[in-house]
Amino acid sequence: MSDAAVHVSWWARLRSRPALVTLFALLLGFVVGALVIVTTTASVLDAWRGIFHSWSAPGHAVKLTVDNVGSAYRTMFEGAILSPSNFWHALTTGHGWPLALTPLSETLTYATPLAIASIGVGIAFQTGIFNIGANGQAILGGIAGAAVGSMIHLPMFLHLPLTLLAGLLGGVVGGMVPGLLKAYTGAHEVIVTLMFNYVVAAFLILTLLSTALQMPGQQNDISRTIDGSAQLPPLFGASSGLRVNWGLFVAAAVAVFAWWFLERSSLGFDFRVTGANPQAARASGINAKAVIVLVFAISGGLAGLAGVTQMAGTTHFVDGGFLIGNAGIGFTAITVSLLGRNRPGGIVLASLLFAALGVGGRAMQAATGIPLDLATVIQSAVVLFVATPVLVKEIFRLRTAPTAAVQLATKGWGS
Amino acid sequence: MRLELRGITKRFGSFTANQRIDLTVEPGQIHCLLGENGAGKSTLMNVLFGLLQPDEGEILIDGEAVHFTNSGEAVRRGIGMVHQHFMLVPVFTVAENVVLGFEPVKSFGRLDRNRAREEIRQVSQTYNLEVDPDAVIEELPVGIQQRVEILKALNHNAELLILDEPTAVLTPQEIDALMEIMRSLAASGKSILFITHKLKEVKAIADVITVIRQGEVVGTAQPTDSEGDLAALMVGRSVNLTVAKEDVTPGEVALEITDLVVRDDRGLPAVDGLSLSVRAGEIVALAGVQGNGQTELVEAIAGMRPVESGSIRLRGRDVTNATPREVLDAGLGHVPEDRQLHGLVLSMSVADNLVLNTPRRAPFARRGSRNLGAVAQNASDLVQRFDIRTTSIQSPVASLSGGNQQKVIVARELSRPLTFLVASQPTRGLDVGSIEYVHRQIVDERNGGLGVLIVSSELDEVLALGDRIAVMHKGKITGVVDPSTSRETIGLMMTGAHAEES
Repeated sequence: MSDAAVHVSWWARLRSRPALVTLFALLLGFVVGALVIVTTTASVLDAWRGIFHSWSAPGHAVKLTVDNVGSAYRTMFEGAILSPSNFWHALTTGHGWPLALTPLSETLTYATPLAIASIGVGIAFQTGIFNIGANGQAILGGIAGAAVGSMIHLPMFLHLPLTLLAGLLGGVVGGMVPGLLKAYTGAHEVIVTLMFNYVVAAFLILTLLSTALQMPGQQNDISRTIDGSAQLPPLFGASSGLRVNWGLFVAAAVAVFAWWFLERSSLGFDFRVTGANPQAARASGINAKAVIVLVFAISGGLAGLAGVTQMAGTTHFVDGGFLIGNAGIGFTAITVSLLGRNRPGGIVLASLLFAALGVGGRAMQAATGIPLDLATVIQSAVVLFVATPVLVKEIFRLRTAPTAAVQLATKGWGS
Repeated sequence: MRLELRGITKRFGSFTANQRIDLTVEPGQIHCLLGENGAGKSTLMNVLFGLLQPDEGEILIDGEAVHFTNSGEAVRRGIGMVHQHFMLVPVFTVAENVVLGFEPVKSFGRLDRNRAREEIRQVSQTYNLEVDPDAVIEELPVGIQQRVEILKALNHNAELLILDEPTAVLTPQEIDALMEIMRSLAASGKSILFITHKLKEVKAIADVITVIRQGEVVGTAQPTDSEGDLAALMVGRSVNLTVAKEDVTPGEVALEITDLVVRDDRGLPAVDGLSLSVRAGEIVALAGVQGNGQTELVEAIAGMRPVESGSIRLRGRDVTNATPREVLDAGLGHVPEDRQLHGLVLSMSVADNLVLNTPRRAPFARRGSRNLGAVAQNASDLVQRFDIRTTSIQSPVASLSGGNQQKVIVARELSRPLTFLVASQPTRGLDVGSIEYVHRQIVDERNGGLGVLIVSSELDEVLALGDRIAVMHKGKITGVVDPSTSRETIGLMMTGAHAEES
């Protein structure tokens, strides 16, 4: 223990390790995806069977496997990030930039609200609170934003901020309900927030069928379209056809704020202390009730902001399917937050990964006929591997012994 | 069983936890391993129990070299370990816990409870370890739970028992009972390796004493050696075992408790009409067998437990039923009984833990934004001033030894302006060097005019620190006596006899 310098380097290594595990988990996720492709594509499977039945050389089977898996992942990459040929074409001719940038634009468009909602969930996790209600809070944000965006008419510099603020507040209200219930009645937040999502989903339909918000002349559950002055403008102008919009800056601002909040603010310190040891938090004078209500307000507020960003940036209205089913970013946010280890930086990366897999998966489905579900399989496998670091370390022979040993050595008796 | 360790060396990276350790335990011998926190006792025992593999050296059992790759192999070779934190299932009965993993079964894999009970009765009788096989663990006192751990090891046919700091959690009476058990086990031929840093116990029970310091055996001692010599060998310098206390004239009343009633978690009155006052510049030590309401009393003072009736005043200010924040702001320093539960956030850094209850105080934060530079500066100062052994102020506090964790709490509490200090079991689990240090700090604060309330189940500590000694029994003070009062009298008062009767 005398040699301080050596031990600092231990810690430097320890810190880098989680990121390494995540990286290897990603790799394993794609390996699992490849196995799924092999076992679900008839031609590949037949080729492998042929080795045993007709004693054909395995070369054919290997080639088919590589071709199929390769084309699946290539189309996925091209659909989610960029296609080299399109990019080259744009670079050399100066034309076709929108086409070359569409994949990236789509990925960023999907990642934007997802990152905002996930950061909200992550802040709650760091406080030891499970906010399973992010989806409902996001829907409330969308409804509130749609109301302000369509029912009042103002110049953009007022209208857009007001719309976003309305969405944020919608989420705050949605978070405060379970927050107050937990703080003052001891109700378990997982049950309350989970059920809250159903209440909100029903509330969404109810609002959309009310004359105040419903699109005039419509009988369906669809809201008015918000004014242009309330919309988050496309980053490269409407004529580019690229959907990526100013919501990106909202997400960036949220990520920076969340980092500052957790790492540098006094309230964030209270939150982290509460999350790590609620008893010590209480003994240190932290007001547990206040923390619970505040963390739900912040987490819900960010979910609401995610909902309104989705609405004002992409859909421009809400309907009965808003953030329902596969589009339920508030649910995906829980997974994304865990993948990003509940830290803003990690969550941003995890959101980009999930968005890229989703967007790329759709392109892959169109090009190769492999169902979009493969993307879900990869997403889920990655998260499973991240959740079992011991397995990943074992597979890749990451050196774990020194880590455990240092802890043992320094723990001592009576601790 | 004859156990021999030859030249055991264990390194973690560049850090050597054990350096060529030689140790021999003869059959029927009680061998004490004496050393400070972090001296390498735990590493050595983990090596012996198969939890760690040595880099060099060998382990011999009855002359035969053995290699354990896990603890199961050690158990099969007759080594039993009683951990400081018991490995028992709280909701199971004694019998179920003892046979766990080696259950006698009837047909269809049903647990044969009768045979389990019978097995335990036999082992209990053989070694004079009285336990009711049908009692549920969580309802048993700590001393009996430990007895169950020993039974468990014996039931697995242990020939060598490793007892890891077994007395840290026991009352004086329970310690005496444990010593009896150890003697009878040794008499029946079992070897015992007893790990501790408590000198009195070592002198009372050991046949042979091996002292280790900084991973090396620094010598062998005899139980007849004086405590001072043992302490000096263990710490590496001469140690003051009794803290020198200058006479201080107490000032005005600092803490005044009147007719206090506080209920425990089950809703029963744990503090039952208690009155006590402590003056500035005075240490009042609260003695008593654990579970007589001391915990609830301290929690009520710290604002962590509601007061049913009565009042608590700090320097004349009413803090009855105040929140922990209000009590802290009123200047109460609190060293909690359970440091890991209430005093620290183990996953957070030493620096953050040193400002755990003052994160908003200048200069640690300004307008809601933390000043990490000031937090780090504060940590560097305190680490130096209080001699906290840590690799870095950014290391998680979990990586510190128990004694150094306690120093973090003491440093934090004593470094802010206080009007009163409550310290609950301030030296539990600490080694001699750390105890001397913590006691010195507390006495210095008292010399500086601070009122101090010490709650301790260690009679030595109560006698060493208290200017007055208040004895607590069943939620009431049975008497306040002078520290010159005999141990026997105080012991009687701890069982409920009043001062004037005894």
